[in-house]
Order: sequence, then C-alpha cells, then structure tokens
Amino acid sequence: MPNDSFIRLEGVAKRWGDSVGVEHVDLEVERGEFVVLLGPSGCGKSTTLRLIAGLESPSAGRIWIDGKDVTGLPPAQRGLSMVFQSYALFPHLDVAENIIFGLKVRRIPKAQRRERLAEALHLTGLEGLEARRPSELSGGQRQRVALARAIVAGHPLCMMDEPLSNLDAKLRHSVRQDIRSLQRSLGMTVVYVTHDQTEAMGMADRIVLLKDGRIEQVGSPAELYQAPATAFAATFVGSPPMSLMAVDALPDSLRPSGQGAPVGRVGVRPEHLVIGPADSRHLPAIVENYEFLGAETLVYLDCGGTPVIARIPGVAEFAAGETVGVGWDPEHAHLFDAVSGRRINSAGGGAGETDDRRNVTHAAGRLASM
Amino acid sequence: MSDTDSLDRRRMALYGWMLLAPALILLTTFAFLPTVTTVWQSLFSRGTARRPAEFIGAENYQYLFDDPVFWQVATNNLIYAGVTIPVSIVIALGMALWANGHLPGRGFIRAAYFTPTMLPMIAAANLWLFFYTPSIGLIDRIAGLFGIGATNWLGQPETALWAIIIVTIWKEAGFFMIFYLAALQTIPPDLREAAVIEGASRWTYTRRIVLPLLMPTTLFVMINAMINSVKLIDHLFILTKGGPNNASKLLLYWIWETAFSYFDRPTAAALTVMVLAVLGLVAVFQFRGLEKRIHYR
Repeated sequence: MPNDSFIRLEGVAKRWGDSVGVEHVDLEVERGEFVVLLGPSGCGKSTTLRLIAGLESPSAGRIWIDGKDVTGLPPAQRGLSMVFQSYALFPHLDVAENIIFGLKVRRIPKAQRRERLAEALHLTGLEGLEARRPSELSGGQRQRVALARAIVAGHPLCMMDEPLSNLDAKLRHSVRQDIRSLQRSLGMTVVYVTHDQTEAMGMADRIVLLKDGRIEQVGSPAELYQAPATAFAATFVGSPPMSLMAVDALPDSLRPSGQGAPVGRVGVRPEHLVIGPADSRHLPAIVENYEFLGAETLVYLDCGGTPVIARIPGVAEFAAGETVGVGWDPEHAHLFDAVSGRRINSAGGGAGETDDRRNVTHAAGRLASM
Repeated sequence: MSDTDSLDRRRMALYGWMLLAPALILLTTFAFLPTVTTVWQSLFSRGTARRPAEFIGAENYQYLFDDPVFWQVATNNLIYAGVTIPVSIVIALGMALWANGHLPGRGFIRAAYFTPTMLPMIAAANLWLFFYTPSIGLIDRIAGLFGIGATNWLGQPETALWAIIIVTIWKEAGFFMIFYLAALQTIPPDLREAAVIEGASRWTYTRRIVLPLLMPTTLFVMINAMINSVKLIDHLFILTKGGPNNASKLLLYWIWETAFSYFDRPTAAALTVMVLAVLGLVAVFQFRGLEKRIHYR
C-alpha cells in the first residue's frame, strides 16, 4: 500500500468496557493539510484526536505519523503539539515560561530558547505580555499563549481540541483567520476538532464528519455541502440546515424520477427552495414564521408536519398561517435512503450531481480532488 | 431627605454590626479577652491568701529564663517541631500523590490513611502505649524475633521524645494528606496532558507543575503543623507525662503542669504569652516570606 500520507489511521477503535469511543476509523491526512474533525458531542472526534496525540491508546488498529508506526509511542515521541480547549496554561508560570516549558523540558540551550520565544511571541502578537500570569490575561490572549506554546517547538503537526469554544463570537471569527494563516505560513499540519460546522467550513481543507464513533463522510467543505453522503451529513452541515421531506408526500412533479418510486427522503438546501402558489406542482406548506436578515429572509414552513426552512433573497413578506407552495429545481434535490440514510443518486432527471458514489465505507480513501 | 439618608445609613450600620456580632462575641469571649487577661496576669506575682498579688513587671519572665527546665522544654519542643513538621508534610504529600493516582481500591487507601486522624487522641495514645510496652509490646515482640532485647522506649531519656515524635507523625500525616488530596483534585487533568505532550516526565511534571500549585496548601499545612506542635498535650498524659527527667516534656504540658499542679498561675501566664508571641511571629513570617512565591488561584 502506498504510504505517503503524513498521518494514517487504520482500523482504529477505542472502547471503554462496553461503551464505544470510536470504531473502525480509517483516515489519512496529507502533510500541510488542515483537517477538521467535525461532529456532534459524543461522536468520538475528541477521542480520535487524543488517539493521534497519544493521550489515549487505541483498543485496535494502528496509527502512523510521518511514516513511523507510533501506535505504542508516548505523546512526546510523536513530534506534535496540542492546543487544549481549556488552553491548559500553567497558572503559576508567566507567559514566557508557559511558552518555553517544553523547550526547557527538552533541555534546548538558553540562547535558542530565547530566540524561539521571541519568534513565537511575534507570530502570535504577544510581545510585551511575557511577564504576565495567565490569570492576568484576557481569554483571547490566553488562547494566543496556548497557540504560541504549540508553535514554539516547531513540530510539524499540531492538534487543536476546540480551541475557540471559550471565546466570544466576534473574537472567534478573527482568531479563525489568524490560526489559518499561521498554519499556512508555518506549513503545519493541523488536526482540528470542533462541533461548530461554520468553523469547520471556514477553516478546513478537508472535513472528517463523525457520528456515533464512526466516520460519516470525508471531503472538502464544498463536497460535504454539495454532495452530503448521508442524511446526517446533509442536516449537520449548512446553516440553516437542509430540510428533509418524505418522497411519498411530494407531488409528482417534484418526485425524483427513475428507479420507479424510491422510498426515502428528499433533501433540499434552504437557498434552493422556491416559494410559489399552492398548486399541484408545488408541495403545500403553511408559513409558521419568517425572519428578515437583511440580504435574505428565512421562512419557516410546515409541510404536513415536516419543518422546512427556505432562504429567500431580499425582502419577502408572508402572513403567519398562510398556505403557500414549495418547489425546487430537481437538480438541487438530494435523495437519501429511508433506512440507511445513505445518499441515492437517482439516474437521470432527479439529482443532478456527478457520479458521486462515495459512501461511508470508502470514506477512508483519499478523495479525488473536486 | 437627609433624614431618610441618615436613617438608611444607620440601618446599614446596624445590619453590619449584626452580621459581625456572632464572630465578634465568640472571638472576644474565647480569644481576645483571655489573651489580654493572660498578658495582664503574667505581670503580677503569685498571690496567696496572706499576700495579695502585686505588680512585678517582667520578673516572671526573668524567672523563666533562669530556669534550666524552661530551656530543656523549649529545646524539646524545637526538636519535636523541627522533626514532625517536615517529616509529616513530606509523608502526607507522598501519600497524597500516590493515593491520587488511578490505583485499585483508591477509596480504601484514602480511608486507611485517614484512620489515625479519626481516632480520639487518647485512644491513639493508648494504642501506642501498647506498641511501646517493654518486652510484651508489639515493637519489642517484633524486635525479639530478630534477637534484639527489650527496650523501654518511653522510659529512657534518649528515646522518649522520639517515641512521641513518631506517634505524632503517624497521626498528622494522614490528616495533612486529606488537604493535599483535596488540592490535587483541583488541578485540572489538562495540565498533566499538556506537560506530557511537551515531553515532561512524571517527576518533571510533579516538580515544576504540581508542587508549585500545591504551595498554598503547603503553607496552610505548615502553619497547622506548627500550631499542633505547640498544642500537643494529650499524648503526653498517656504516654510519658513529660518524663523521664523532663526528656519528653513539651511546652503546653509544662504550662498545664505549672498552672494546675504547682498552682503557679503567673508563671504559666508568662509562658503562654511567650508561646503566643513566637507563634504569631512565625505565622507572620510564613505568610510574608512565602506569599510572593506562592501562586493563589
């Protein structure tokens, strides 16, 4: 098997007694890539990260980093750094001491330590704060100290475990850009854990979507958005989420053609929904509420018990309780199997995506470029 | 307008005093007043029915400094404190670090270490009295197995104080361990993981992260241990009564003896004042000197 990827996980599982952390995870990460592990809480994303970092040892499977089997190695010998959700700064040490803690432990000469510290301080914009204790810093500054500590050693690989979740929304957005540009300029490989899909979409080269300890889909943000492999991926990625509707409830004109009458659910992104008259060509819906957001209006609809959200550009006004018809271009409809939730690519007329047949079991494979 | 203002202020002041009252009354009755009375009493001569007490200034203190027993008791107490404080702290810390780890039966180990603290002092002392009994005591029985003859641990001047010291360490270490354990629980596990990722060994992590973070606890434990080292009296009642030949006599026991066996209240008061002064000074020094080096979260 060709093995030129930087990190490779093969059949990795982690179980605690009967409870499963992750199960059968196969994953490859290229050098210099920014990979985001995304999923709801309890999906195993943090466990996967800790397995790569060596803070947990897998119950099964093997892990390679830079061509070396590190499955049994302690974290320090894996050549990586980590940013913790809590930042894990040492409260009794000042900023400088926190940053060079690892260099001191590894007995790097003093001159070199000073040089690297200066560089890390410069890169994270912490100059002048060297002598402060973590308790004297703001949340954003603490976060940067954690980043500085992660980059000071010059490890090619950095693990980030929800590093932005303790920041306020405004700061989170700017730090997102900072981390991304830092990663690019240093050529670091980053494995980043988050439950926030906008964070994942905005930062990732590639997203690994997890659910219940298994990989649901691997792909670029655009791939996940345009061709979700499962109903879960479809609803988890994108805000507001994609609406799923049962096929048998749809009028003939909106049913996916081909394959007779497939049982399943049709998903349409909010921006692809059109609101028209309540006639036989449209799906009847009741307007429950709507929100005007400036550039767009979100319309919350009730289609026979199924909640549907439509995103209409510009201003749109409705009366609550008004009956309307919902329609869409068949090209933008995604069809999912009723039982497995997997994507079905109906031949012809229906969904217009390319021959995207990747599914969970093949998620491990490096995806062809888009 | 100003009427309601001043009424308001008066009401708040009353409220404040009411909140203060419980602590103020208790402290005044049981700490401040007795202290002042003691200081006052130490300046008077011992009164009898015929000769009432009269003011003699520092004469009681002078008398103490001239008494060789005072110097022996003070030395005893210094040795006692100098050994029990560091040793019990180190043992407590070691046990806490060990019992904090993920080992099977952790709860049992913690409880076991804490048992000496839960035992009443008198019961514990009686237990040790049995251990120390010459010939038939536990220690001599075990020593006998190795062909070592009987030793009167509590009955000879060379070993009496050390026997008391060992009992104290046994009792204090478990107590202090509980404080250390509580402090260790507040150190977030993330810190250990961050240190491990940076390549820190267990020892480096303990020395560079855990010990500094435990410093507030260490200070607290140290002051407690110091106060306890002056407060010890009940073990002496059971084990040695300060003997033989004052070899194991400690300050509080001697104060008690002076006051209630020899009925020399003024001398006992003078002794008490000195103990309070020394304890106060050491506490101030500990807080002042260590404060800068301690990180309080």
